[in-house]
Amino acid sequence: MPDELKTSALGAVRELKEITAETDTRDYLRAAATQAHKQYDDYELIVDIDAHLQEARFWHEILGFMENDVLKQTAEGQLAGGIRTPLINMQPGMSFQALGGRVPHQSGPREAVSEPGKPGAAFVEIMKRSMDSMGVDYQVIFPTAMLHLGMNPMEDIEIYLARAYCRWLTELVLPQEKRLIGLIYLPFNNVDECEKMVREFGGHPQIVGYTICAVRHKPVHHNQYMRLYSMIQDTGKPLVFHAGPHWDDPSFSQLNRFISMHALSFVHYNLIHMTNWVINALPERFPKLKTVWVESGLAWVPFLMQRLDHEVLMRQSEAPGLKRLPSEYMQEMFYSSQPLERTDFELLAMTMKKIKAETQLLYSSDWPHWDFDPPSSITTLPFLSDQAKRNILGLNAARVFNLPVKRVRPRAADVIADRAADRVS
Amino acid sequence: MKDVNVGAASSFTDPGRKVFDCGGTEVGVFLLDGEFYAWENRCPHLDGPACQGKIVPLFTEAVNEDLTSRGREFSKTQTNVVCPWHGFEFDIRTGVHPTDARVRLKGVKLRVEDGDVWLSVRA
Ligand code: FES
Repeated sequence: MPDELKTSALGAVRELKEITAETDTRDYLRAAATQAHKQYDDYELIVDIDAHLQEARFWHEILGFMENDVLKQTAEGQLAGGIRTPLINMQPGMSFQALGGRVPHQSGPREAVSEPGKPGAAFVEIMKRSMDSMGVDYQVIFPTAMLHLGMNPMEDIEIYLARAYCRWLTELVLPQEKRLIGLIYLPFNNVDECEKMVREFGGHPQIVGYTICAVRHKPVHHNQYMRLYSMIQDTGKPLVFHAGPHWDDPSFSQLNRFISMHALSFVHYNLIHMTNWVINALPERFPKLKTVWVESGLAWVPFLMQRLDHEVLMRQSEAPGLKRLPSEYMQEMFYSSQPLERTDFELLAMTMKKIKAETQLLYSSDWPHWDFDPPSSITTLPFLSDQAKRNILGLNAARVFNLPVKRVRPRAADVIADRAADRVS
Repeated sequence: MKDVNVGAASSFTDPGRKVFDCGGTEVGVFLLDGEFYAWENRCPHLDGPACQGKIVPLFTEAVNEDLTSRGREFSKTQTNVVCPWHGFEFDIRTGVHPTDARVRLKGVKLRVEDGDVWLSVRA
């Protein structure tokens, strides 16, 4: 081979580094930016309705808003002792999400930021990188470790951490970035505190709804919650059930691998809450309350529709509040897409038809978790029309979360060019 | 197609890997037990950067003759690269996913000439 060709060819070659937890989000998600450029850059609005705070790096900031002196002192002691997320009821030795380091973004974020010392700024900068790379206009933020707090036997911990998190979000994070939006974490084990938080934080313009972290043993139809649901209905903002894993549940303790628990657990809690919600006819009592069911995938929905329709016709006397079939109420609720079961398109197409995906499905990434879905998980579905894709990727969410249909994300080509210009690898 | 020189064969460690962006086509070049392999850095799952992930031994279910299990063990023969987006694994020698052989990386032609590694990539 002539030398000049070797030299000129080498000039065009750039080496790419191994991806680790330290990798900049923009490099991690480089392929997503290319997908945005090629597949949906002309879409009017992209909303990611479920992205996550990974608490460990930012926990000291949240604890700064802790209003209970005893818990604050306890947490600071744990932090000094090397516990990364004090007061959280998760066993560190049971954390298998990152697949033994195979999926590094689950263990981060450890990347460098431009203002490491400025409170809230690191989180905002990292999330903005993910929004720009995936071509997202708005991202709804959820916690991660806090998803388990409903099982914490110390009720006051859930209450005070919920308050600290909401204050961190509304006072520190959201004012720094208009494209980030959030939900009030409802400390559902104490309804008075839930109502207090709706009153206190619900009016914030970047607070777009209320979330019940679904991992808990609390019947959602209990009479104590009816005033809370009325209050939420009056705000016009949705009530969002966010699923989660929980290995300590007695049934799940029979499962010997994380994959087994994860596959069932994320669906299990939403199955239970949805069943109580429907059988007790809460959609009849709160006809204007929008509910959203998050992070259970979609396959569980037609399963439950069929089960409940089948039984309700035989046992009407046990669900006398219903005026229609369970599936008809469920078709009026909203669902987030991730983790989208994409291994059998025939089944998925049927599922989407059954849940009326064109109007009821909301795209979610779950970034930076190990099973995240980029927007291309929707745009590459061969059975959806272009309009259905636009609706699922943003226009449905604009209706549910009362967002303006106005592009605020940068052009994908600019995102790619900017990163290429200052990339160091 | 265009031939691209990605450097001296001696610059690779064994086992080792380098990933190159060759004017838009990204290729992972692996050296394993003295043999080179090249795969497109594009995961069949959702186009993630499959060749830029961790290199790990395949895990196997260690089943005894009486069909009881000793749990999981490292394979002594197979080494995989893991896509860092969601964990799909691929045999570095064949590009094939351990569970479903239909899920595989796309091969790239590679040759070693005069001590240099050359790839044949789309122009
Ligand atoms: S894109 Fe590679 S595992 Fe998903």
